[in-house]
Amino acid sequence: MIAQYIAFGVFAAATLGGAVALVWSRNLVHSALYLILSLFGTAGFFVLLSAPFLAAIQVLVYIGAIAILFIFAVMLTRSLTNITDLFNRQMWVGALTGGLLFITVLVGIILPVWGPNGSLAEGLPRSVDVATTRDIGLQLVSGNGYVLPFELASILLTAAMIGAIVIARESE
Amino acid sequence: MTALEFLGLLLIVAGFSTLPLLLAVPLIWVERKVAARIQDRFGPNRVGPYGLIQPIADAIKLITKEDITPAGTDKFVYNLAPILSVASVVLMWAAIPLGPNQSLIGVDLEIGVLYIIAVASLGTLAVMMAGWSSNNKYALLGAFRVVAQLVSYEVPLVLSLLIPVLFAGSLSLQDIIIAQHGMWFILMAPLAMLIFFVSAQAETGRAPFDLLEAESELVAGFNIEYSGMKFGLFFAGEFAHVATNGFLIAHLFLGGWQGPGVTFNGPWWSTLLGIFYFVLKASIFYFMSLLLRNSVPRVRIDQLMDFNWKFLVPISIGNLVMTAFLVMITNAAGFGLASYQPLSEATFFELLPVTLVLFLGNVVVLAVIVGTFGRQLREERLTVEAVAAGD
Repeated sequence: MIAQYIAFGVFAAATLGGAVALVWSRNLVHSALYLILSLFGTAGFFVLLSAPFLAAIQVLVYIGAIAILFIFAVMLTRSLTNITDLFNRQMWVGALTGGLLFITVLVGIILPVWGPNGSLAEGLPRSVDVATTRDIGLQLVSGNGYVLPFELASILLTAAMIGAIVIARESE
Repeated sequence: MTALEFLGLLLIVAGFSTLPLLLAVPLIWVERKVAARIQDRFGPNRVGPYGLIQPIADAIKLITKEDITPAGTDKFVYNLAPILSVASVVLMWAAIPLGPNQSLIGVDLEIGVLYIIAVASLGTLAVMMAGWSSNNKYALLGAFRVVAQLVSYEVPLVLSLLIPVLFAGSLSLQDIIIAQHGMWFILMAPLAMLIFFVSAQAETGRAPFDLLEAESELVAGFNIEYSGMKFGLFFAGEFAHVATNGFLIAHLFLGGWQGPGVTFNGPWWSTLLGIFYFVLKASIFYFMSLLLRNSVPRVRIDQLMDFNWKFLVPISIGNLVMTAFLVMITNAAGFGLASYQPLSEATFFELLPVTLVLFLGNVVVLAVIVGTFGRQLREERLTVEAVAAGD
């Protein structure tokens, strides 16, 4: 049990530390690398929550594809990688919004404002009963499950891909 | 878990992760000897019998070399990149079975294959970090090519990987091997095996796909500024990755440690026999990779992309759809894979009809491909020749 707490601490530090360093850094490539650290911490949380499939997908999609494309785009704009001026003029507004959101979530977790949240403490579904990869797959294609959001998401992604190709294509 | 147990576990993990790195030492010797034979040379033959100690001498040289970090590099990222490059390969070994025994696998993850693909993608990141942090034009160009190449070839790799998963009904490598007791998946999906082999060759950046280190254009590619053991780590990582791909092909398509006389969790001699079988199978693919590397010229970047997106990806999608369709049809007809539960209990002759159907499906797909692309290529060549004759 102690090992789990230590692991939670490490992942939390990676996620939050990475996120803070991401907005703090003046170097865009460093920011992208900190983003990867933060995403990696999130993958760790999925492992701790007995959702290995989500953890692997997190690493594969967010780190293996999206973050790498981020870095690729940033590397193409080399003059942007060493910025010394801070050009975010809404720092305090952002900090206020972020702080308020954080407090809202914290209150929601501690106090039963939006319905009871006792299930967090007891009667948690165990991984052996629910969260196998097969179950996720079946949920994604079954009519009672998430087939509609799944298909909508794929249409959206296809549309985005076609749009990108049309924009990038040289006019004939 | 007591502190002593934790320490023991840590030692096991450390020892286990050293294995792929140690494996690189004999592999370098094999590589140099085979390359020398193909090029009609002797290869290393001075240090030790048949030059066997040569890679160890090279390693000592690399370790004792001065550790240079050029001015203008991004120091932290520059030093992290080679470590991450090796780590991505070492992490893959955590879920790869090394023998017919449940204790000979790091963790038998439920999502084994997916995990391996996920951590392998960290290698791409390492190469990009190396290319960017070196502050060198050639290194950066090398890194650009890596993104294009590795991200593209991951698509057919994963699509062909899905076919053994589809047959075995599990993402765990150990389950996939056990499911091949009666029939190896290579007979059911030879096309998927070929696509996997080609994309794995591209994933490791070996010839004819070694554009990321094209010496004649990029001097050395992404690792141009690295020297000493940092360069050595990239090198060791690449060799270990090629060997790991050999293991993966052996496990996914050739039944891994399956063979006559091997039982799962059997006596010690059966375990040894199983290890021998799978190393033998993996070596075949390693050798084929070496032959390919040393006998074909490098492709151009546009050919590389065309080959992937206009040839490999359509084929692997078509192959996957066709295979899934045939699996469903044979299941409905009553002699499919689903009628044997578990699959490991089915014998060779029981699985022969379904294998025949799947194999014929592969042949049909191959015939369609050869027909379509063959005609297309012939037309292209004729146009080029006509233009050349016109001049």
